[in-house]
Amino acid sequence: MMFFSRAKMALILGICALGVLLSLPNLMSAPAAWLPWRHVRLGLDLKGGSYLLLQVDMASVIHEQLTNTLDGIRTTLIKDGVGYHSLAVDRVHQRVLVTPREPGDEAALLAALRKMVAGQVAPGGTPELAVAPLPDGQVAVALSTEALTARANSAMQQSIEIVRRRIDGTGVVDPEIARQGTNQIMVQLPGISDPNRIKSLLGRTAHLTFHLIDQTANPAAGGPPPPGDEFLPMQDQPTAKLAVRQFVAVDGGNLTDAEAGQDPQTGQWVVNFTFDSVGAREFGDVTRQNVGRPFAIVLDNQVISAPVIREPILGGRGQISGNFSAQSATDLALLLRAGALPAPLNVVEQQSVGPELGADAIRAGTISLAVGFVLVILFMGLFYGLFGWLADIALILNLIILMAILSLLQATLTLPGMAGILLTLGMAVDANILINERIREETRLGQRPLAAMEAGFRRAYGTIIDSNATTLLAHVMLFIFGSGPVRGFAITITLGIISTLFTATLVARLLMARWYVAIRPAALPV
Amino acid sequence: MFLHPTLRLVPDNTKIRFMRGRFLGILVSAVLSTASVVLFFYPGLNLGIDFKGGIVIQARTPKPVDFATLRASFAAAGLAEVGLQRVGAANEVMISLESQATDKATDAAVQRIGAALEKAAPGSKILGTSAVGPTVSAELLRKGLLAVGLSLAMILVYIWFRFEWEFAIGAVVTLLLDMTKTIGFLVVTRLPFDLVMVAAILTILGYSTNDKVVVYDRMRENLRKYKSMPLRELIDLSINETLSRTVGTSSTVFLAALPLALFGGATLSAFAWTMMFGIIVGTSSSIFIAAPILLFLGEQRLRQDARVVRPTKARKKPT
Repeated sequence: MMFFSRAKMALILGICALGVLLSLPNLMSAPAAWLPWRHVRLGLDLKGGSYLLLQVDMASVIHEQLTNTLDGIRTTLIKDGVGYHSLAVDRVHQRVLVTPREPGDEAALLAALRKMVAGQVAPGGTPELAVAPLPDGQVAVALSTEALTARANSAMQQSIEIVRRRIDGTGVVDPEIARQGTNQIMVQLPGISDPNRIKSLLGRTAHLTFHLIDQTANPAAGGPPPPGDEFLPMQDQPTAKLAVRQFVAVDGGNLTDAEAGQDPQTGQWVVNFTFDSVGAREFGDVTRQNVGRPFAIVLDNQVISAPVIREPILGGRGQISGNFSAQSATDLALLLRAGALPAPLNVVEQQSVGPELGADAIRAGTISLAVGFVLVILFMGLFYGLFGWLADIALILNLIILMAILSLLQATLTLPGMAGILLTLGMAVDANILINERIREETRLGQRPLAAMEAGFRRAYGTIIDSNATTLLAHVMLFIFGSGPVRGFAITITLGIISTLFTATLVARLLMARWYVAIRPAALPV
Repeated sequence: MFLHPTLRLVPDNTKIRFMRGRFLGILVSAVLSTASVVLFFYPGLNLGIDFKGGIVIQARTPKPVDFATLRASFAAAGLAEVGLQRVGAANEVMISLESQATDKATDAAVQRIGAALEKAAPGSKILGTSAVGPTVSAELLRKGLLAVGLSLAMILVYIWFRFEWEFAIGAVVTLLLDMTKTIGFLVVTRLPFDLVMVAAILTILGYSTNDKVVVYDRMRENLRKYKSMPLRELIDLSINETLSRTVGTSSTVFLAALPLALFGGATLSAFAWTMMFGIIVGTSSSIFIAAPILLFLGEQRLRQDARVVRPTKARKKPT
């Protein structure tokens, strides 16, 4: 146990040297640009910033899908000549309900629906829809589990992409956007302590559509809108409504570019947009056929403006005006460039830390760490003498190596993480205490110095492994199930156990062995 | 001069007969744990916003906080149930709001609080915001409990594999008792129970297990060494032999946690006080709970087992 071959010694010293090297970036800036200069990343609770957890409104994704299914059913039934009494989307159970016209028509209805469903197969060969007769004679058409999963997945991927584009558009430096679970998106915005603008940008689906206006209907008269129309509020005066044709003349998905600008004549803020070739053709057709009539520019079910078409717009370029400020025009342009979200996003959790609170946290963490470190070092030295001071050297190396591992893995250091480092150091010396107590015991039993040290290390080893393994288990669980800053705690403790096993046993043992070889003491100072 | 230990924690060769106090230890523990369980149901834990949902905003007003005006402004904005609390400087205030019914309402309330604050004290600065909607809080609570439960299960399995089943049962029962007392401590102190506290509880579990493992290790060793010693004496001997280490390690962990409690700021100091309580409970339970449980469970079997198992174990290298 107390003998170290040259190779082994070199390896241990090499690892220590590597630890010192790898932890250097945390103390100084890179001396040369080409050096891989990795340092510990500070969590948002320390450097300030915002954390948003967004949840994709899957119910609305499914509802949209069911509405499309309903249209499909209607077309199919009309084509097949099967009568029905009513068709409706059941929001609660997420299905479409078809009511037969007469009792007794169920069989024909069921057969027609089954035939329709058989023709719709999702990628992977499973049917998209499931048809089931209900006891009251209605027929329920629901999306199959596979189809639901596929829809949810694609909605998630699309949402993450759009969120990324929108945030990139705001110029935030180093944002982090990641999927979390089946329907959540985690967004981290370093340095942004007031996330309101970004929240409002992400809070809009930004689905832009162009519709014709039904000039014969009058929303102010009350009553339901005529078939094919809907009454939509104006953005700047929500009480005023316009009768807008439900049919989408041109979809904003066909935009290729949008820029905020000022109208050269009025000086007002506007958003200039450019369509792709499909959009340009559609837009050209609509405007050519409807010169002199107003049309509505609709964003998320609100009419932004309803200008009158003065001349056909054939070049695919247009302008949206509507009481914009510089900021709101810029934001709308950004939203249009980034594209529409497939479903609304809700903020389900938010944490913002301003730079001052972050600085306070760093100060509190550093002071605690320094004081605790000194206390533990003094304790070991005073209560265990030379072997305690040697353990302290190992402890300092432990801190350095832990910083090196954290830097290398680019792990995030949070305030609880700093507490984790301190507790790691407090618990790390447990290994040295076990060893030293054992050596003391063996010495008391009359063992010669070398034999006592030998036995001390050998006997303490199993205990050290056992006790660290159980602590490791608990913190791996915390890492898996925890979230946010608390994970930082689990990370530092887990990595700390690994560096502890190295320094508290190997390094301390090497130091003690070299001391023994140099001095050859007749009795141990225990 | 510092070569030799300057101070001594525990004198050499203590012969304290801990097992004499086993009934008293278990009685005290049972009373404390029962009281804790009662406290857990009434008045219950002070759940933090991680688990209960809600909003906490820390803000700085340009002038010293005028609570009456602030309160009036929040009431006017329909936020009468907002809690206001001075933190640190005279111009810093902590605004808290209980959980809202939906995620959307929670997010909207954050905006409304900001607006009402700006109205009451123009030029105020929001230093930090924390808002957790009901979806996330339910999820976090579930995961927190899962982390604690799975940790306990894995510790049970680990000790069972490394020792005999009596040791595993003794350890896990003791851990459960430790945990209930920690929860009782949280109820009494009204410290907010949040994710950081789950981290504290897991750390206490890890530390406490560690402590038990050390004592158990020594018992296992002594079971092999002293073949005819009664279990009761053997347990006492093992505890005495490891006493110096037990006190040493709990002291260093305690010393590491102390500065966190004093200088670590609100979150960490709550964490650290809980840790320190847990260290005391975990250390004493190794001696007064885990060991007696082993004595009750293993009086017959462990000694017999030791005799039966010895030939196979003797071949293994001593650990």
